Amino acid sequence: MVIKIVKNFFKKIFSNMFREKKSIKLGFYGPPNAGKTSLANRICKDFTGEEIGSVSKIPHETRTIQFKEKVEIDYKGKKMVFKMIDTPGIATKIDYEDFLKYKMKKKEAKKRAKEATQGVVESIKWLDDMDVVVIVLDATENPYNQVNITIIGNLVARKIPVLIVANKIDLKKAEVKKIEVAFPEYEVVGISAKHGKNLEEFYESIFKLSKKVK
Amino acid sequence: MVKKKKKLRKIKGFAIQFLPYSEIRDLNSTERIKKILTIIFGQNILILQGKLKPDEETRLIEDTMAMIGHVKNFSGIELAVISGNGNNQSYFTKMKQGIANALAGGDLGAITIIGPATIVKEIKRNPKKIELMLN
Repeated sequence: MVIKIVKNFFKKIFSNMFREKKSIKLGFYGPPNAGKTSLANRICKDFTGEEIGSVSKIPHETRTIQFKEKVEIDYKGKKMVFKMIDTPGIATKIDYEDFLKYKMKKKEAKKRAKEATQGVVESIKWLDDMDVVVIVLDATENPYNQVNITIIGNLVARKIPVLIVANKIDLKKAEVKKIEVAFPEYEVVGISAKHGKNLEEFYESIFKLSKKVK
Repeated sequence: MVKKKKKLRKIKGFAIQFLPYSEIRDLNSTERIKKILTIIFGQNILILQGKLKPDEETRLIEDTMAMIGHVKNFSGIELAVISGNGNNQSYFTKMKQGIANALAGGDLGAITIIGPATIVKEIKRNPKKIELMLN
């Protein structure tokens, strides 16, 4: 019995010593066109030299889950390895006619709408698999959107740490304060993914939150 | 012979249906979502007493997405939940509220508004007011 305990103790110590660093699954969630992929791209490009996906002004550009494995973020000498998970924007309505405004052909618009609906379902299904989630919101839009509240409510129920990012602070209409007022219980970091503005504060917050992951 | 006019998608009228929480209290999540969507497919704006659980809200979104393209003229829903702001309440008041909600089987201090996207263009929600923008 004693031999078995001692054996297990040393086994645990050695496996911990030589175990590969476990990736923290970092999910990017939010409504369409908030800049989830832009932010994920910025991080991936900075630390791996490669982007995760394409961005567009047309909503629902990301329609399937996109990954980037083993992204090692080096911040102030500290290193953490992440599995980046970029998700399709969550919406409660998708009308193919909205895509026609972007000079898209009807057939193409219908296909995009169908894929977008499937993307929303996929995003929701993946909520269970996240270690840390970044909610990306457009700081120029009204934050009192039920989709935002629903996503956060689900993450709280699953005890997943959340960071709210107020993106597009480079735009005049951006109101980070409004997002802070809407979600007083959460840390809100204002950034511009497009211009790489205030990413230092973002990395600091991500490192802080990731330490909570068991 | 008078030629039939092409059917327009524009809505001429709509109905508002109130659903007391007592009508969904004993239903499971699947039955609740089904009941809500049946009302929405009937081109009604639903005012539900109370609110759904977070996982039921996501389930509602999932089922809504699954129905787009399968139900005629259905492109989704607009959804908003208004609940009493508990931030300024004391711990004791919150605890009392929690016990009352547990006894009632749900948060009856909240109201959920759900409308078909063909009728409700947007629900503008600010902390103190709610605006339904129609199509």
